[in-house]
Amino acid sequence: MTTAISVKNIGKQYRIGAAQTKFKYGMLREVLVDAAMMPVRMYKALTGQGARGTTNTSSFWALKDVSFDVEEGSVLGIVGRNGAGKSTLLKILSRVTEPTVGTVSVRGRVGSLLEVGTGFHPELTGRENIFMNGAILGMKNAEIESKFDEIVDFSEVSQFIDTPVKRYSSGMYLRLAFAVAAHLEPEILVVDEVLAVGDAEFQRKCLGKMGDVAQQGRTVLFVSHNMSAILRLTQEAIVLNKGQLIMRAPTQEAVDFYLSSGQSQAGEQVWDAEDVPAASAPFRPISLKVKDRSGKVVDTVRSTEPVHIEFEYQLDAPITGLRIGLYLSTMRGEYVLASFDTDDAEMFDKFDSRKSGRFVSRAEIPADIFNEGRYSLGVNASSFGVRRYFMDENALAFNVDISGAPGTQWGEPRVGPVRPRLNWKIEKLD
Amino acid sequence: MTEITKHEPTTIYIKPSKGFAALNLRDLWVYRELVFFMIWRDIKVRYKQTMLGALWAIIQPILTMLVFNFLLNRGVLNVQSDGIPYPIFSYTGLLPWGLFVAALNQASRSLTSNHNMITKIYFPRLILPVASVLGGLVDFVIAFIVLIGMMIYFKVSPAWSVLWTLPLFLLLAIVTALGVALWLSAINVQYRDVNYALPFLTQFWLFITPVIYSSSGFSEKMRLAYSLNPMAGVVNGFRWALLGSGTGPDASLWVSVAISFLVLFGGLFYFRNMEKTFADTI
Repeated sequence: MTTAISVKNIGKQYRIGAAQTKFKYGMLREVLVDAAMMPVRMYKALTGQGARGTTNTSSFWALKDVSFDVEEGSVLGIVGRNGAGKSTLLKILSRVTEPTVGTVSVRGRVGSLLEVGTGFHPELTGRENIFMNGAILGMKNAEIESKFDEIVDFSEVSQFIDTPVKRYSSGMYLRLAFAVAAHLEPEILVVDEVLAVGDAEFQRKCLGKMGDVAQQGRTVLFVSHNMSAILRLTQEAIVLNKGQLIMRAPTQEAVDFYLSSGQSQAGEQVWDAEDVPAASAPFRPISLKVKDRSGKVVDTVRSTEPVHIEFEYQLDAPITGLRIGLYLSTMRGEYVLASFDTDDAEMFDKFDSRKSGRFVSRAEIPADIFNEGRYSLGVNASSFGVRRYFMDENALAFNVDISGAPGTQWGEPRVGPVRPRLNWKIEKLD
Repeated sequence: MTEITKHEPTTIYIKPSKGFAALNLRDLWVYRELVFFMIWRDIKVRYKQTMLGALWAIIQPILTMLVFNFLLNRGVLNVQSDGIPYPIFSYTGLLPWGLFVAALNQASRSLTSNHNMITKIYFPRLILPVASVLGGLVDFVIAFIVLIGMMIYFKVSPAWSVLWTLPLFLLLAIVTALGVALWLSAINVQYRDVNYALPFLTQFWLFITPVIYSSSGFSEKMRLAYSLNPMAGVVNGFRWALLGSGTGPDASLWVSVAISFLVLFGGLFYFRNMEKTFADTI
């Protein structure tokens, strides 16, 4: 067996807040001074000083000391929480960004199902976009021509192939874009969370294509939050945590480890004093927890049971008009709901002004609300029309398991983020 | 599935580039088809959903020429035109100037307007400004046809040498435009100030370039100072090649050529050095 990908000690450092801190005394003057300093910086950049080594901006390592090899023809799963470095790793492998340290050798062309539709121009027709997009993805003109009919067939838009894609429905657009990407036939295919876009039909097509690619002896890297898809499609997986590779094992073992290792963090977010911006004072978040019916902190809740959410916080001074908000959204970023602890008139009267001290706001989301999937929970503390003290849009994420939910007997995915148990009645009318 | 080429996959090494980034023009060659596709896309899309379409390529220089002609006739403007009818004199200058300005406008935005490609796919980033600059040639050719008509009307016939001198001056125009465009596009990734500064830059540049006036009456010293602006060399060269005006290339042209290539190579190295941060900062 030959090695398709060999990653050696790579790390990627990002500077955070560099753009804001650079010009903090007003744009124009700083830019002019900066422009005047250009020759100096150029000299430093050209002689290899500065730039990377500068210290006065805060930085963090999105990836640190990651090494692994992938054999040709194998399918490797990559799992990890948001911010674990999965996307950064894929960006380095597909040469979009450079690692700060370390080396990678990649044998063959890297294609990605993430790139679908990149470079599509709304004014160009479907036919023109196929050629354009193919060229962007690195296909030769002759290659695109020979596969053109196949691509059009696969996309099911042959009727509209000479229509500008701005007239396409979003489904048609996605199908055409995917058709081009799917026919790239790269030696290495990278699939990043395709399950997050498109309808169920499209997702099935993506996964099917992935299976085909793997069977042809190509190498596949598959990144997903969907553990069942990872288990179904990969034999081996690596687990990333805070930019580091903490495990590589057969998929079942890696997934078990991933799900259990995070137990203390999953379903719970704890804010250390240094995580809280100073501007939040006198409000100080302490913890946010997702609990099941029995009061246990959980990462996965059942759709058929109520979900308990607890937000604990400290007020270092009394606040009038404080309201604690919960924002629930899907992993695609669509909001499902927002709710505040003083929405209820009675609650508002009682808690409009809160003394200093430690508080907890609890909410119960009734059973039979959520559909299968992963949801993101955000919190917010504000006084309406006065001030926002604290906001964390993605404080934590949890999964919803739908076993026993209405309609599961059909075993097909249901659209939409909610899956309520509706009160159906059937009557015979004649 | 049809297999076109069963080639041995090449191994790519990804590592942090240190110091001087190699120019790696070979990569540009491998992706040459993409250059043509990008140019083709730019041209296809440029006049979509406009009423006048490609006519815009000639409306702009003709209107500018008419305005200056009007100002000259009313005595507002007092400039030399080397004894050549002013309409054709100014139009000949406006041609390469229009090419230059359009190239800067398109190319300086080429990276930022394609940021989704840059953050998702690897391809030589140089393709974007290069294609923008070359894409302007189509408008140039359209506007050039009008010049041929004017030359017939004003009975101006160029020497045969125009067949090789004009392409050389056109090349100089492209080299100059590309050099400046590389700087602007790379800076624009980090500082969008370029978008605001560019209109002033081109306006100011127009004044120091003999587009609407002739520099042949200038003193020797003045002309040498002028040759520091490569576009002055281009515009004078165009007039000399097409209309036979002025004295033709002299030492000052070589200064222009040298500066223009200096800007280009400087731009290439600057671009290549900034390239690795494009995806992170755009």
